Amino acid sequence: MKQEVAYWRSTRNVFREIGEVSLFAGRFFREVWRPPYEFREFVRQSYLIGYQSLPLVGVTGFIMGLVLTLQTRPTMVNFGAEGLMPSMVGIAIIREIGPVITALICAGKIGSGMGAELGSMKVTEQIAAMEVSGTNPFKYLVVTRILASVVMLPLLVIIADSIGLVGSSLVEYVKGDVSFRLYFTKVFDSLQFGDLLPATIKSFFFGFAIGLVGCYKGYHSRKGTAGVGRAANAAVVVTSMLLFIIDFIAVLVADIFYKL
Amino acid sequence: MNAPMQTVEERRKRGPQTPLIRLRDIHKAFGDHQVIRGFDLELYEGENVVIIGKSGSGKSVLLKCIVRLLQADKGQIEVLGHNLEAIDQYSLDQLRVDVGFLFQGSALYDSMTVRENLEFPLRRHPERMGEEAEEKLIREALDSVGLGSAIDLMPEELSGGMKRRIALARTLILKPKVILYDEPTSGLDPITSKEIIQLIMDIQEKYNTAALIITHDMDCARVISNRVVILVEGTNYAEGTYEELYRSEDPKVQAFFK
Ligand SMILES: Nc1ncnc2c1ncn2[C@@H]1O[C@H](COP(=O)(O)OP(=O)(O)OP(=O)(O)O)[C@@H](O)[C@H]1O
Ligand SMILES: [Mg+2]
Repeated sequence: MKQEVAYWRSTRNVFREIGEVSLFAGRFFREVWRPPYEFREFVRQSYLIGYQSLPLVGVTGFIMGLVLTLQTRPTMVNFGAEGLMPSMVGIAIIREIGPVITALICAGKIGSGMGAELGSMKVTEQIAAMEVSGTNPFKYLVVTRILASVVMLPLLVIIADSIGLVGSSLVEYVKGDVSFRLYFTKVFDSLQFGDLLPATIKSFFFGFAIGLVGCYKGYHSRKGTAGVGRAANAAVVVTSMLLFIIDFIAVLVADIFYKL
Repeated sequence: MNAPMQTVEERRKRGPQTPLIRLRDIHKAFGDHQVIRGFDLELYEGENVVIIGKSGSGKSVLLKCIVRLLQADKGQIEVLGHNLEAIDQYSLDQLRVDVGFLFQGSALYDSMTVRENLEFPLRRHPERMGEEAEEKLIREALDSVGLGSAIDLMPEELSGGMKRRIALARTLILKPKVILYDEPTSGLDPITSKEIIQLIMDIQEKYNTAALIITHDMDCARVISNRVVILVEGTNYAEGTYEELYRSEDPKVQAFFK
């Protein structure tokens, strides 16, 4: 009986949270069009989000390509399908692994950063101070961050994909004696517009989810240092879950279009 | 607007006047915790009113209701002739420019330099005044708190007292008609506290603002106040000049002066 009550309470909380995040997103779409535009802050955030994530995204992308190729290679060799390696790895990276891994990494780095930063601004009343000086903190803090992560994430994904392919081609070159030129020719031959478009669109949504949840958690952070920690933590957890849900939906939708 | 500072007696003699801030029967609860339960207050032009109350008695909550950082559950709040209940966001933002607010913890934007902290509200005004005028205003505000040299520092490089001054400068830069101070001297040593108190009085003289000041510091209350309101159990329990309350026989009032 007690368990049941707890169960219902947590279910209710999940729905309440979904509702609140939706309202938050609604506010973003309302305020993003309205001047004054915080262009300078947008550029600064893009720099922070994009440029400073580069090393991390680069290294992960490289290792992702390397490992994926190393691990699938023996199986493919067994089947005598060695020649398909570039196409297979290329499609896997570009359609699925590249965007998802990059987004997960960014959820950890960017999402938690936003949660912690906005959370501590909330707790130290900096957000309230912006409000009482007659300015709109949502615009300055939230709109710029969400926009920046929407714009930056696809770029990071493209970079991770490219570096991942380089890593993969390196393995092919060493183990299979495939020249870089041949490798990339094969990759681009097998890629179709239908592979690139859904992946890119998906990345925009990933960027939006990371920015939205990170900002929401920070902006509504509870009091105290513990509240800030919880905001950062929850930002990562919720975003990661959301990323997989978005990914699932994206694959479903892409599949429908593919059939048409 | 240029009314000189006035004592309670003077105001009583001058008869009715429209208050800058008028609170009527304010109630505010958080969940089951009823913090403010029927608070009345009027703040007149050129006046310094000090609110005294125990820690956790809801002083900050009260102040936040006046600038709509919190919404009162019940009661009327009138600020500079606007009823806060019926106000739209645009007018509220306009109104907030005229009401300065000094936070208990200074609340400087810690990712910005002192200059950017002061610039922040100016830049986002519907009617901007141009870079030069803004720069001049920033210099002027910093000079009036005696920290012109700190203009390019980050908040983390400032001491607590300096932070409080910068926060004060940031409040002043919009030339508010009323300033709400939330414990301007808390966490500061007695000497720095005196300096801040002096600063507040200088500012009042120079800019001719009315002020609502929350404090625990009875010295501060004595020096600064034209009138003192005592907040007990969520109501305006007692009210009068510092001397009147000091001589009061009521044990709940006396408790603050011991
Ligand atoms: N946002 C909030 N949510 C829930 N409770 C709150 C909130 N803000 C204040 N309270 C509660 O309201 C009461 C009054 O808080 P407030 O900060 O106004 O006290 P105070 O009189 O300013 O005390 P101090 O002198 O220590 O600053 C406290 O019990 C506090 O727990
Ligand atoms: Mg307080």
